Amino acid sequence: MTLKLGVPSKGRLMDKTFDWFAERGVTLRKAGRAREYAGAVDGIDGVELVLLSAGEIPRELAAGRIQLGVTGSDLVRERLANWDSRLRELAQLGFGGADLIIAVPQAWIDVDTLDDLDAVAAAFRAAHGHRLRIATKYHRLVRDFLRHHGVADYQLVDSQGATEGTIRNETAEAIADITSTGETLRANGLKILSDGLIHSSQATLFRGRRRGWTDAQRSTLKALEARLGL
Amino acid sequence: MGERCLAALRDAGAEQVDADILQPASVLLDLYGEDIRGRAYVTADPLRGEQMLRPDFTVPIVRRHMENGAEPARYTYLGAVFRQQEFDESRATETLQVGYELFDRDTPRADAEVFAAISGLLGDAPLRAATGDIGILRAAVLGLTTTERRKAALLRHLWRPRRFRQLLDRFGGRNPMPPARAALLDRADPMADLPPVMGLRSESEIAIRVAALKEDAAADPISGTELDLIDALLALSETCPNVLVALHDLAVDMPAIGAAVDGLSARLDALAARGVDVETLPFEGSYGRTSMEYYDGFVFGFYAESRPDLPPVATGGRYDALTAVLGGGTGVPAVGGVIRPEVLAELEAGA
Repeated sequence: MTLKLGVPSKGRLMDKTFDWFAERGVTLRKAGRAREYAGAVDGIDGVELVLLSAGEIPRELAAGRIQLGVTGSDLVRERLANWDSRLRELAQLGFGGADLIIAVPQAWIDVDTLDDLDAVAAAFRAAHGHRLRIATKYHRLVRDFLRHHGVADYQLVDSQGATEGTIRNETAEAIADITSTGETLRANGLKILSDGLIHSSQATLFRGRRRGWTDAQRSTLKALEARLGL
Repeated sequence: MGERCLAALRDAGAEQVDADILQPASVLLDLYGEDIRGRAYVTADPLRGEQMLRPDFTVPIVRRHMENGAEPARYTYLGAVFRQQEFDESRATETLQVGYELFDRDTPRADAEVFAAISGLLGDAPLRAATGDIGILRAAVLGLTTTERRKAALLRHLWRPRRFRQLLDRFGGRNPMPPARAALLDRADPMADLPPVMGLRSESEIAIRVAALKEDAAADPISGTELDLIDALLALSETCPNVLVALHDLAVDMPAIGAAVDGLSARLDALAARGVDVETLPFEGSYGRTSMEYYDGFVFGFYAESRPDLPPVATGGRYDALTAVLGGGTGVPAVGGVIRPEVLAELEAGA
């Protein structure tokens, strides 16, 4: 049985993953024509490359259909409940970095911390008759974070894109979104809460922790880890 | 086991009621907040909107009672409740509950009746009982020498110990003011040069909160003596009679808890009158502050000491405020409890 390695199927994340492995003597490449999602691996035996959407890699790892995978650490935490009992981090790859943060309008001069956000949520609910809305696509991460910090009287509204615009459009009062420089947030009149960093994400190599690995897969992983210097 | 408990509660005079498995999610979300999404199953109906598989019976039964119930009223029910288990795969997602809910204005007697009814059905299984009283903490907060705004903030977070502690530390001057707030309040006119306002939260709402922050910065910190009294209250962990003595002592310095302590005393008398051994019954000052959000008075639970992996065999408590929220402002005193018959059966099989 080969060891299946899932890698994002397109874009910068794929290119940088290929570079990272190449620097360590393992060549990953797309097989056949450029538009095909078949892959090939040189430099080590027994490893099979599977090209997948980054968002599907957590699920495939947890299900044991692939044994290794590269994806954002934010996606693993968002898509898998109790992720650290199901996957293990093998290496942080040092690229694809982005922060999941909570941001509010710059005009909210009275709000800088979660403590402020919580107080404003209570007052907002009393004034408007509904809970303060936070637009995000990272429901699990945001909810766990706010529960841990004891923030109440908010609700999450789903936003799969253009999240910065939801406040202006009055479909949310605050947002929780990924940002790398904060530039887009500032351009949209938003600011980040000083203690509102939910997760610092980067591309990470994970292994599934499912039982049922064959001895061949185990020894291939050992060889791969040695080659990658892990 | 469940049927046996149900029959016993029916024989004791409770009306058997049922609740729809699908409940409107909005009621539960407004009540519990977004956290409930992580614990309950949410599903969507194209016409009715978001629905939730009932996570408990109490809320639908309170709604039903507030619409057309007469007092006093006793209800019992048996059925499945549904809870997601994000952290422990071994815990069941669908469990049976048999419950008893009592709407009655004589609160000490009602507390004792529910506790005795529940504990009387638990048989000989070796269980550890736990009790507490959120009402005493509530009275202590209301009695603090500080602003109404601070009291309201603390009361809102009685059930979130971490945030409660942070607020208490800040109001007590134990934590410095966050630098951004200090900078804001240093400005002659914080509202001058306000960046463009967008969204539903208006400029006047921002101005109101800035004024509130100014008021708060000018208010005296809650005294160290009062903070120590709250700490002493939260740290209580003794038998009920010993706790009662300690609380009478605390009430000398904190007269605001006097009525709540008298309530505990009356409850213990009512429990003893029903044959409960209150001399050995434990009481914890912090019991019921987590995962029991709507309880605001007497709280209790029964745990299998030999099986910490199991959820509590039975839990319950008083939820007067919940009836007011669900009754559109008018509440009635109410107390209830549930038994998890499957857990009880597992214990008896293993004993």
